[in-house]
Amino acid sequence: MSIKGKAYLAGVYEHPTRKAEGIPIQQIHAEVAKGALEDAGLSFRDVDAYFCAGDAPGLGGLSMADYMGLQVGHTDSTETGGSSYIVHVNHAAQAIAAGKCKVALITLAGKPRTGGAQPGRAPLAIQPPDVPFEMPFNPTVLNVYAMCAQRHMHEFGTTSEQLAWIKVAASEHAQHNPNAMLQNVVTVDEVVNSPLVADPLHRLDCCVITDGGGALVVVAPEIAAQLKRPSVRVLGAGEAIKHTNGGQIDLTYSAGKYSAVKAFEEAGVKPADIKYASLYDSFTITVLMQLEDIGFCEKGKGGAFVSDGNLISGVGKLPFNTDGGGLCNNHPGNRGGMTKVIEAVRQLRGEAHPAVQVKNCDLAIAHGTGGFLGTRHGSASLIMERE
Amino acid sequence: MANQNKQDSAFSADTAMEPYWQAANEGKLLLKKCSDCGKTHYYPRPICPFCMSDNTEWLEASGEGKIYSWSVQRRPEPAFAIAFVTLAEGPTILTNIVDADLESIAINQSVKLKYETRDEQPVPVFSPS
Repeated sequence: MSIKGKAYLAGVYEHPTRKAEGIPIQQIHAEVAKGALEDAGLSFRDVDAYFCAGDAPGLGGLSMADYMGLQVGHTDSTETGGSSYIVHVNHAAQAIAAGKCKVALITLAGKPRTGGAQPGRAPLAIQPPDVPFEMPFNPTVLNVYAMCAQRHMHEFGTTSEQLAWIKVAASEHAQHNPNAMLQNVVTVDEVVNSPLVADPLHRLDCCVITDGGGALVVVAPEIAAQLKRPSVRVLGAGEAIKHTNGGQIDLTYSAGKYSAVKAFEEAGVKPADIKYASLYDSFTITVLMQLEDIGFCEKGKGGAFVSDGNLISGVGKLPFNTDGGGLCNNHPGNRGGMTKVIEAVRQLRGEAHPAVQVKNCDLAIAHGTGGFLGTRHGSASLIMERE
Repeated sequence: MANQNKQDSAFSADTAMEPYWQAANEGKLLLKKCSDCGKTHYYPRPICPFCMSDNTEWLEASGEGKIYSWSVQRRPEPAFAIAFVTLAEGPTILTNIVDADLESIAINQSVKLKYETRDEQPVPVFSPS
């Protein structure tokens, strides 16, 4: 069963906070839920399906439905790290297409700045199987992604200057976002001259660490038809997991290679048709590899593709992350998939900042990589169109 | 360094992996080789992740390897080198490079196994050979 045209993104909301002192996780979830439902013109009582990932407290959907007073008959707490919320849109569209629900609410909230949680290290009740064989060597989000960059440079001649162009493009966009954590425009020189934090990644190759959250409302076509907001239709989605494969490791590609193919096939469009791309940007290398894996350029040619401002709105061929992305704007709870969908919806509605709004933006992709790019991760691709 | 390799709860008790840790205590790295499909995998599991056979046997690694990729994490200090090392037996494993000049680590560099104790448990690391 295809989800093409079976569901609509009716409401989105990004929490304005970047430091949630004194605000508990559950309150952020509820505030973004309220924001997204109000954006759609709906309320808590309209919601009949609720989606959340590992950032939700307690029993996830049970605890949060209780807190918000949701009366839901369908729930899903799929966890693929930061890409979870893109997966949730796919699952919500599937549930709607199957007639299981009509108004699906998806929320994210996190407090890595004020809550003490380390990036990418959610508390785990049961130890994952890799832990005894990997944790003694202190793998971090930073050094595991850095090893992907190192190998990419070795295989394809990618340079630090090319990676820097990705941060430069994000910063060009972030200067127009009053909520962005970093609003200063940076240059290639400034990126490559910032301190090396994990070879070959510099401090400015890394995303921000922010508190905050976001929410999405996915609805059935008959609900969307009753709402006043511009209609953003789900065209296709794909998911895939890549892992260490018993030790047969190849760091040159991500699971996006598989998730994107499925999404484009379902949508009936191709990468060259895309007007705007929200791409997970935990680090500059994440963006580069995803561009190749989605098919915006050949494998190994990502460095040349991103150079000279090719990702800057109004300048280059593929405007990306026009909110400033995780690199400059926001990476709530160290989980960037949510804000990727939100900015894509803003672009399709024509509601991005005028300085970065893509002209005639009728087709967009939101793509995420959750978990650890170099060990085990989940990729998700979501293609949406403006009707 | 964060070390969670202690078998410290009922959830993590793992009799199938006891030979691995006993060998580690003697400075030997054990891999798992499938007697049906012939493939060697790591980290070790009782059921082969390539063919689902439960006919897997321990294989002692020669200790020879080459760096597949690496990074020196410099912040927070002290700096240390993490790497994926491809073993002579095939699998590529996550480890640290030790006793090395952190400024001269390179992909394809030959390295040799040694053991270092982390949180009271010897674990396999590699140094330039």
